[in-house]
Amino acid sequence: MNAIIFSAIWGVVMMFSSAFLKNKNAIRLLAITGAALLLALNILELYQASQGVHFLSIDTKGMLAFETFGMLANTVAFASTLLFLLFSAKDIEEVGPNSGDYFALIFFVLCGVALVTSYNNLLMLFIGIEVLSIPLYILTGSSKRNLKGNEAALKYFLMGSFSTGLMLLGIAFLYGASPTGSFFIDDIGIGHGPVSPLFVVGLLLLIAALSFKVSAAPFHFWTPDVYDGAPTPFTSFMATVVKGAAFIAFIRLFADSFGEAQAQWQLIIAIIAAATLFIGNITAVFQQSVKRMLAYSSIAQVGFMLLAILSLKQIAQDGIILYIAAYSLATIGIFAVLGRLKDQTYEGFNGLAKQHPVLAFVSTIFLLSLAGIPLTAGFFAKYYMLTALLQTGKFLWLAIFAVLCAAVSVYYYFRVIQAMYFKEGVEQEIDASAGFKNLLIIDVILIILLGIFPQVLINALSILYL
Amino acid sequence: MPINYYIFLAVALFCIGVAGVLTRRNAIIIFMCIELMLNAVNLLLVAFSKMHHLALAASNATAGINGQIFVFFIMVVAAAEVSVGLAIIVMMYRNTHSVDVNFLNRLKN
Repeated sequence: MNAIIFSAIWGVVMMFSSAFLKNKNAIRLLAITGAALLLALNILELYQASQGVHFLSIDTKGMLAFETFGMLANTVAFASTLLFLLFSAKDIEEVGPNSGDYFALIFFVLCGVALVTSYNNLLMLFIGIEVLSIPLYILTGSSKRNLKGNEAALKYFLMGSFSTGLMLLGIAFLYGASPTGSFFIDDIGIGHGPVSPLFVVGLLLLIAALSFKVSAAPFHFWTPDVYDGAPTPFTSFMATVVKGAAFIAFIRLFADSFGEAQAQWQLIIAIIAAATLFIGNITAVFQQSVKRMLAYSSIAQVGFMLLAILSLKQIAQDGIILYIAAYSLATIGIFAVLGRLKDQTYEGFNGLAKQHPVLAFVSTIFLLSLAGIPLTAGFFAKYYMLTALLQTGKFLWLAIFAVLCAAVSVYYYFRVIQAMYFKEGVEQEIDASAGFKNLLIIDVILIILLGIFPQVLINALSILYL
Repeated sequence: MPINYYIFLAVALFCIGVAGVLTRRNAIIIFMCIELMLNAVNLLLVAFSKMHHLALAASNATAGINGQIFVFFIMVVAAAEVSVGLAIIVMMYRNTHSVDVNFLNRLKN
């Protein structure tokens, strides 16, 4: 509850800041302070929930439930946002003249994140997804004179509203099928007699709409265009924080309901996961622009995250938090480096190791983590997903297929590393201050720490709760 | 009237909306079709709300009211979406002097 209230208030504060503060540095500092406070308040709430105390408590009639899982997901999302703002706040200022408004929209997105990680009712799911999406449509089109940005914004908006329509029809069908006429996710699925046709159609529509939001195949087609067209800092935000939150919404929905129809929806999710892994990885191989390659790789990573939905055990819930953390750390880092390069194709990385050894080194670690090489966080993230899947005793074929796809992904990640270390490139000026480099190194240390002690994150956060 | 009539009407309206989104090229008309989809859902929710009310009114006098409240939320969110969507279309029009979505193919190459 702290997070929802505070992020909404801070969003309004940021809007006023752009009217009253003339100094851009002050606005940036205000945004970073806000993100840090939000993270602190969320951890405070995790801690207080264990003591039975509530700092801010509003009776939501059970529509929102603040459980450990959701609040851990919030913590990861807010920490990623803080890191993202530290890396990219300067780049955000260069997108357009209204930097205060961009920061405000980011805080409104965070309010949506806090809603979708704690909803207990389909009404709150709908509102959360919309609060998450509407500011993003604006952020995507924030570079007003850029035709590619316009195109991305319009495409994202039309596709996004279309998928909202599908989700609403699904919710309406589930409401009709529920014998008690309830939107609570505990009531709609489990143990209420045989599955009716209305229920099946509703469930399918909801799966389609949520697959769209997390960009799983075959609903992924908007992703590369939108990620490519949006200003680079916002792409980084969309691909990490927002995608992670939409994924938590997905997993919450299936964890608490739809037990009755489990065998049916599990097969559908398994097929979606296999298709996502295949399309994401194979298409990424053929990309020329690194930004587009990262967009397809983010689709491929969603394929791995979908494996958690098939298991829904404790290990899958821990695993998905770890996966989102590992993926966000690496993706925010590589986008921060990418944002500083003039040429965002593979050629732009040529010979980076000679001119800027630090940048080349950290990029290598980020890419290794995304590929899932041992000693980086990405390895254990993938390991948890596969273990969770194998524990179900079904879907062995999917586990084998996922490993094969991960092997394919090594090819396109290593192409960047090869360009940096083994190719000659032209001299290029990169605006990388000492602070920026130190931050990159901290990010790398976090990735390696998570790769050696993956339990640290989960334990450190849930110890507060015990 | 049986609930099936309402379901068929709402699904028909929804499908008209989907067909419009998939076939039309004018951004504003696509946008209207999305609104049509949302309104089909509103109609369906109200019909289900009445259905649940008739079925459960004996035990619970306010049964089914939540469906109607959901409709208000959809209206509010749809209005918010319209304001953002029209702003994006105006922005595109200023740059290209067209609202044709065929313009949306620059990113492919």
